Amino acid sequence: MNQFFTLDVLTVTVASGIALATPFLLAALGETIGQRSGVINLGVDGIMLLAAFATYYIALQTGNLLLAILAGAGTGTIMGIITALVSVTLKAEQGISGIGIYLFGLGFSALLFQKLVGTPLPIATLPPVGIPLLDEIPVVGGMFFKQSMLVYLAFLLVPVVAFVLNRTTYGLKIKAVGENPAAADSLGVSVARIRWSTVILGCTFAGLAGASLLLYGGIFQVNLTQSEGFIAVALVYFGAWRPVGVMGGSLLYGLVGVVILTWKSLGIIPLSASDLAATAPAVITVLALLFIARRFRQPAALGRPYEREG
Amino acid sequence: MHRHLDRKFSLILPAVLVALVAASCGGSSTPAPASSEPSASAPAAASSAPSPSAPAATTLKVALIAPSAVNDLAFTQSMVEALNSLKTKFNLEIAVSDNQFVVATAANVIRNYASQGYNLVIAHGSQYGSTIQQLAPQFPNVSFAWGTAGSTFNLPNVFAYQANSNEGGYVQGAMAALLSKSKVLGVIGPIAVGDAKLYVDGFCAGAKSVEASISCIPVYTGSFSDVSLMATAAKTFVANKADALTGSAQAVVGAIGVARSSNLPWFGTQWTQVSLAPQNVVSSQIYNWAPTLEQIITEIRGGKLGGAVYTLTLGNGGLQIQFNPDFKLAADVKAKVDTLIKGISDGTIKLP
Repeated sequence: MNQFFTLDVLTVTVASGIALATPFLLAALGETIGQRSGVINLGVDGIMLLAAFATYYIALQTGNLLLAILAGAGTGTIMGIITALVSVTLKAEQGISGIGIYLFGLGFSALLFQKLVGTPLPIATLPPVGIPLLDEIPVVGGMFFKQSMLVYLAFLLVPVVAFVLNRTTYGLKIKAVGENPAAADSLGVSVARIRWSTVILGCTFAGLAGASLLLYGGIFQVNLTQSEGFIAVALVYFGAWRPVGVMGGSLLYGLVGVVILTWKSLGIIPLSASDLAATAPAVITVLALLFIARRFRQPAALGRPYEREG
Repeated sequence: MHRHLDRKFSLILPAVLVALVAASCGGSSTPAPASSEPSASAPAAASSAPSPSAPAATTLKVALIAPSAVNDLAFTQSMVEALNSLKTKFNLEIAVSDNQFVVATAANVIRNYASQGYNLVIAHGSQYGSTIQQLAPQFPNVSFAWGTAGSTFNLPNVFAYQANSNEGGYVQGAMAALLSKSKVLGVIGPIAVGDAKLYVDGFCAGAKSVEASISCIPVYTGSFSDVSLMATAAKTFVANKADALTGSAQAVVGAIGVARSSNLPWFGTQWTQVSLAPQNVVSSQIYNWAPTLEQIITEIRGGKLGGAVYTLTLGNGGLQIQFNPDFKLAADVKAKVDTLIKGISDGTIKLP
């Protein structure tokens, strides 16, 4: 156990945990925005897959990682338009349509990968960017301030989303539409317009999540996300629809996963318990979900398409 | 009226979407793709079975069902390349269904091939065992092959194949120990089963045969396909001073990326992984299924549809250690490794 508490191992463990938490955080933040307006999107994982492929393909073709990230985010935006059309305008049952979007993303990303790429080739991963002065702080600098720009972006978005939801007129409208769309409608708020905007924004975040996942490993594979999008949806409940709570859940999931891996590599967890230990992040998150999320209630109109009466 | 139409459409659209998806997801069924490796780097089919000098007159229809992509640079690709190498020689008509990671779906695919007149149906994954056990008696005129496994279920139309991947693991583990300065090795596996576990165990045994005190603690991520988890496992090893890495499963592409970015030696298994890190891959243990397939095809042409188990070993050419010419391996290390390969191949070196 002493080996775990060495400076190098602790630094890499925390830094890796934060990096691993980033796709969850981005996807869950986007889902939070959508759910606060009353739209649940179970297609996050499929959107992440499509965005990851777009990121990979553009990076492979151009070598330009910034362009690749934009392609990933743009793919999320396009899928957001499709999702909003199905869930908001056509008023489809949100759970079923979300699963449809997921399956589409899973299958179509695999198809594109096989047809456009063939044999997988590695691309450059996002380099860590040190924040001047902060990255020189002993221990803390290595853990928190030598990350990729997508990690910084994800964590910066937490206060931004919290501010928008809690301190702006747009945020109040989002919450009003999620709680009582009829009342919001009667006050002149366009429920459809608000929900379109939140779904597109949320899916763009999912696109960024796919890009960050792809650029962490530097290669695409069929079903690259391994259902991370579904975990992100669960983390929204874990975080009680609050950006800071969602960040806490994402960090918990990422860090527990990395700590388990590190303990395995140091022999702290015996080989016989290896597979059992691999379930720890999910088990801990579910337990936390049971104890924490029950204290909060979901947006009252979550999952319900809005139809004006009369 | 308008609302009524909206509702109808809202029900139809998801159904259409799911139907569209069903067409594109769950793997693809295609003729086998052309070999993606130049023949110079692909393992030679060192046949020990009698083979015709000219293409066989009658076409043999062969179907392959595999859990991952045809270009996974690992388990599936090794079989696809072997089939392709025999296509002309044995007049094979090859169909491939890859990405069949859902066993229930794969079972339907296997059944379809068997009922469509395929002569040989290869279920390339130990997870398909119970499916083969169930389906083979229903299609007594079809030959089935599956692996990696050592059982034919006592069925006359089932062949089984397995790989002694611990042999190549042992060689590469010894090589890693000879190259390591920190005497800490990073070993990553998916789940502690099958040939992945054999390889990992062999690797650590080989490393310890060179340096008994070397740290060689395998990490099993719990997934065959979680790229980011494998990459993270590799990073934790690097943080813990590991200066040589290896891994098994199609998800190792993430870990190979870490070896590349950390400029550390990487040892591959199942197929050549040089293209992922041309400067870092020292060697790869290649699964050369061609000799095994030749024997199976010859048996089928002779009227025997199953009942035999084949094992890939260094001795029979089913396993090969392919060195990366771009990795400058010290002459003394290469000499020791060659001696080891020869000893394991001829049986003078017994593995633990």
